[in-house]
Amino acid sequence: MTIHNLYIFDRGGSCLFYSEWHRRRAPGIPQEEEFKLMFGMLFSLRSFVNKMSPTDMKDGFVSFHTSRYRLHYLETPSGLRLALNTDLGVASARDALQHIYSNLFVELVVKNPLCPPRAPVQSVLFRQRLDAFVRSLPYFGPKNPNS
Amino acid sequence: MSRQGGRGTESKKMYWYLPFISPSASLQLMNSELFTLTYGALVTQLCKDYENDDDVNKQLDKMGYNIGVRLIEDFLARSNVGRCHDFRETADVIAKIAFKMYLGITPSITNWSPGGDEFSLILENNPLVDFVELPDNHSTLIYSNLLCGVLRGALEMVQMAVDVKFVQDTLKGDSVTEIRMKFIRRIEDNLPAGEECCPFPFPWRLPMLSFQL
Repeated sequence: MTIHNLYIFDRGGSCLFYSEWHRRRAPGIPQEEEFKLMFGMLFSLRSFVNKMSPTDMKDGFVSFHTSRYRLHYLETPSGLRLALNTDLGVASARDALQHIYSNLFVELVVKNPLCPPRAPVQSVLFRQRLDAFVRSLPYFGPKNPNS
Repeated sequence: MSRQGGRGTESKKMYWYLPFISPSASLQLMNSELFTLTYGALVTQLCKDYENDDDVNKQLDKMGYNIGVRLIEDFLARSNVGRCHDFRETADVIAKIAFKMYLGITPSITNWSPGGDEFSLILENNPLVDFVELPDNHSTLIYSNLLCGVLRGALEMVQMAVDVKFVQDTLKGDSVTEIRMKFIRRIEDNLPAGEECCPFPFPWRLPMLSFQL
C-alpha cells in the first residue's frame, strides 16, 4: 500500500503545490503540461459528474481508480482542489485529504502572512509537515513489489 | 476616542477552538478586552495616518477584505460546512456559525427583501466597540468597517459577490448595530482556455466546459 503523489490546485487552475513519494513512471511531458492536464481532467470530471448524476448529489466527484492506482479528490467550497494518487489498497483517503487541508494547508499556508493567497506554496515548513504526515499514514508502506 | 471601562467589569473571555478534527484540540482563551483594545489602537492609528474619515473607512474595508479572503479557509476547515444552496442558507451560516465562532455573538437575521437577495444582521452588542465613543470630529467614521470587508472578502472566495454596509451603529446613537447585506451576483470560475488545459484533443471536453456549474 503506497502513496504516489499529491497535487493542490486553486480555483483558477494553477498548481499551488506538488509532491511525490513513490512515482515509478514519468509521464513524458513537461511538468507544466502535466499540471494543466491534471487540472483539466479533474475539472471536466467534476462537471460531468455534477451534470450526469442519476441521484441527488452529496459530495460529487470523490475518486476514480484504474487497475493500478486510485486518485482521491477533495474540493473545498473556496475552490481549492486536492488530488492524491495512491495504490488500490487505499479505499478512501478523504479523511487524510481533509486533514491535509484543515490542519496543514490552512494552519501553515493560509494563516501565514508571508504566503500570498493563491500563489504557489513556498513554505518549507508546510512541505516538511506534509511529508511527516503522509509518511505517518498507515497505508504509506514500502513499495508493493507486486503492483 | 476611548473612555475608561468600569473597574468592576469582568473581562469576557472569547473561546477560540482549535480544529475539531485534531485529537489534541484544546481551548485557547483570549481576553476580549485585548482584542477590543487592539482594534481600537488600529483605528486610532489609521485616523492619524489618513486625515479624513472616508479614507479610513476605505482602508478598513480593504484590510477587512484581505482578512476575509484568508478567514474563509479557516472557517471552512473548522466548521466543515458544505456549500450553501441559496442566500438564506448563507445568511444562517454567517449569523449562527461564523459570527459565533469568531466574535462570540449571534446576530439575528431580519428584513429580508421580497426578492430574497438582501437581509440585515442585527447585532445587539458589538465586541469591537466595547469601550468606544466617537468624538464629534469623526462623525462619518464607520468604526467597525473592517467587518464589512471581512464579509465581502470571505463571500467572494465562495463565489458570491455581495455588498455589505452598516445602516445603524450604536456608536452614532442608534439602539442596535445593523449590517445590511445584498447579494449582487454569483462569481463564475474563469478558467484557462480549452487548449491550455488539455494539450490532447478530447472531443468531449469542449461541450463540457459549457455546462453551467
